[in-house]
Amino acid sequence: MVVRRRPQRGHRYTESPILELALQGWRSRMVGLLLMGAFLVLLLRAFYLQVINNDFLQEKGDSRYLRDIEISAMRGKVTDRHGDMLAVSTPMRSIWAIPTDARTMSAEQKRQLAQLVELKVRELDARLASEKTFVFIKRQVPPQTAEQIAALKLPGIHQEKEYRRYYPSGEMTAHLVGFTGVDDKGLEGVELAFQQSLLGRPGARTVIRDRRGSIIEDVGATRPPRDGTDITLAIDSKIQYLAYSHLKAAVAEHHAKGGGVVVLDTRTGEILALVNWPTYNPNNRAKLSGEQLRNRAVTDTFEPGSTLKPFTVALGLEKGKYRYDTPIDVSPGRITIGRAVISDTHAHKILTVAEVVQKSSNVGTTKMALSMPAESMWEMFDNLGFGKSPQLGFPGEVGGRLRAWKNWRPIEQATMSYGHGISVSLIQLARAYTVFARDGDIVPVSLLRTEEPVVRGKPVFSAQTARELKAMLELVVQPGGTATQAAVPGYRVGGKTGTAHKLEGGVYANKYISSFVGIAPISNPRLVVAVMLDEPSAGRYYGGQIAGPVFSGVMGGALRTLGVPPDAPVQVAAVNDQKGRM
Amino acid sequence: MFRLNLFLVFVLVLCALAVVTAQHRGRKLFQALEAEQEKVRRLDIEFGQLQIEMSTWATHPRIEKIARERLRMEVPPMRPAPPVPVSGEVR
Repeated sequence: MVVRRRPQRGHRYTESPILELALQGWRSRMVGLLLMGAFLVLLLRAFYLQVINNDFLQEKGDSRYLRDIEISAMRGKVTDRHGDMLAVSTPMRSIWAIPTDARTMSAEQKRQLAQLVELKVRELDARLASEKTFVFIKRQVPPQTAEQIAALKLPGIHQEKEYRRYYPSGEMTAHLVGFTGVDDKGLEGVELAFQQSLLGRPGARTVIRDRRGSIIEDVGATRPPRDGTDITLAIDSKIQYLAYSHLKAAVAEHHAKGGGVVVLDTRTGEILALVNWPTYNPNNRAKLSGEQLRNRAVTDTFEPGSTLKPFTVALGLEKGKYRYDTPIDVSPGRITIGRAVISDTHAHKILTVAEVVQKSSNVGTTKMALSMPAESMWEMFDNLGFGKSPQLGFPGEVGGRLRAWKNWRPIEQATMSYGHGISVSLIQLARAYTVFARDGDIVPVSLLRTEEPVVRGKPVFSAQTARELKAMLELVVQPGGTATQAAVPGYRVGGKTGTAHKLEGGVYANKYISSFVGIAPISNPRLVVAVMLDEPSAGRYYGGQIAGPVFSGVMGGALRTLGVPPDAPVQVAAVNDQKGRM
Repeated sequence: MFRLNLFLVFVLVLCALAVVTAQHRGRKLFQALEAEQEKVRRLDIEFGQLQIEMSTWATHPRIEKIARERLRMEVPPMRPAPPVPVSGEVR
């Protein structure tokens, strides 16, 4: 570096008289050393702070401006097939207090708070009198109210974010959707079955806050929250409502203990409706009993009674032992097997196979069943899904009881042919009927909406047998059949009644389960509707009288809802029309 | 040399001030973004509440009750449309 010499003023430095004083050399060295030492101390101190104590100090520093914030995630919605809400979460606040701090509130402040949380001042005082360090003042407060409370800036009053789950369709879909408990934990139904996918994963971010508490910077990577997946169920809330209202009316009319209705789409195996009675309101679960909670259609089995007859008959046709019009001698309306007597409600002489189904003859089906090997019957029931869980993923679903064929006694084979000594759930029964609605194949049932129809299910019967059975089932609702009340105006429908004695302590009691399972429209079946009523006790109990009208109402309404064109012959309708005008 | 240094010092101060303003503006923008995101959250919540409200008003039992009681509606009897008369037929 070139330094310009300045013009000299006064004397030159080297000529300074002070510098001419001869001082000992060690003094300057001493000062130099001291300065060096001081620097060394500084260095050591810096090393101590920056390296040895770094973590502690960093933490202290961070705690003054860094904040970890949790970004909450919403639980997924549950909707029906058209997107109508069945279960939705919405944020709420809980108001809590540190009693010792909160007791310093003025009387006026207390009055304001009490008014906002809808408590009496006396109740509020009682809560604040607690010795604990944390008390809830009120949970699930709407956000608007919570903001008003926050604006009051009360001492010792704090808020916490929480969620509340709403079930807009209430008791109509209670068993299917289920409900959640505290902390968004699914306890029943779909809420429990799909807990893993419904549950969201909260995100997190680290931020720098300024003195006023507002966020000014994100630090590091943020973990975005992942909201729970929405679940789209297969049910159609219109059909669900139809089923619910008809079941409710029938239970009230016949003083039944309970009941259930299942509606299946035969093309896709989707459950379009599933209702049970008694039910409950999932939004207000103050008084709940096990009776109300039970999703009978899935978790309870019953002896289906005559609704199983078509399967025995179909097996007879399938094996080539019988034809549609093979006559069977059923006189005198009784048959004795071992020590047991099986009898018909109405004695007939000779019935064709089709009439056995139409008139629901126990003797006829017994004779048919006993002419076939037990193994083939067991195989058919097994193929129909009886005795096996329907694999819906529903909590508590059962498979029913189907004993191994090797242990069957003749009487058991006989009773099973008309639906006793075997137990099924309503959903299994409905599913089994899809074999008649389709070309003899059975489809898996689905709780969730599926996009595509099942092209080919598991074959049980041939298409020819399925066609013949459809015709027989149609006879049941026509004059001379057991369920004329199940007819649906404008559509060709078919089905089978069931009136089963209930087992109580191993003995058949004079209590009944009335059921009806049917398909429509016969020309190209679209729906299976299964109706079951438990212990109708207003005098009548036959399946055709009790469950038939429910079937008719639900099926008719559902077909119209889906826009299925009527397929009943026009002539019949035109005659009715003219009568109507006369 | 001295002038160059002076100039560099000046540039340095300028840059420092620019950094400060940029940081400040960055934070302002960040706060604005934050406020907007908060608004998104609020609107989301409101949307959810409105959905609940809508589905509560639109429950099937309520609709049926109003249709039957207030509007006096009923399900039409299942009757096919009258047959179209063949041309020339006298009715």
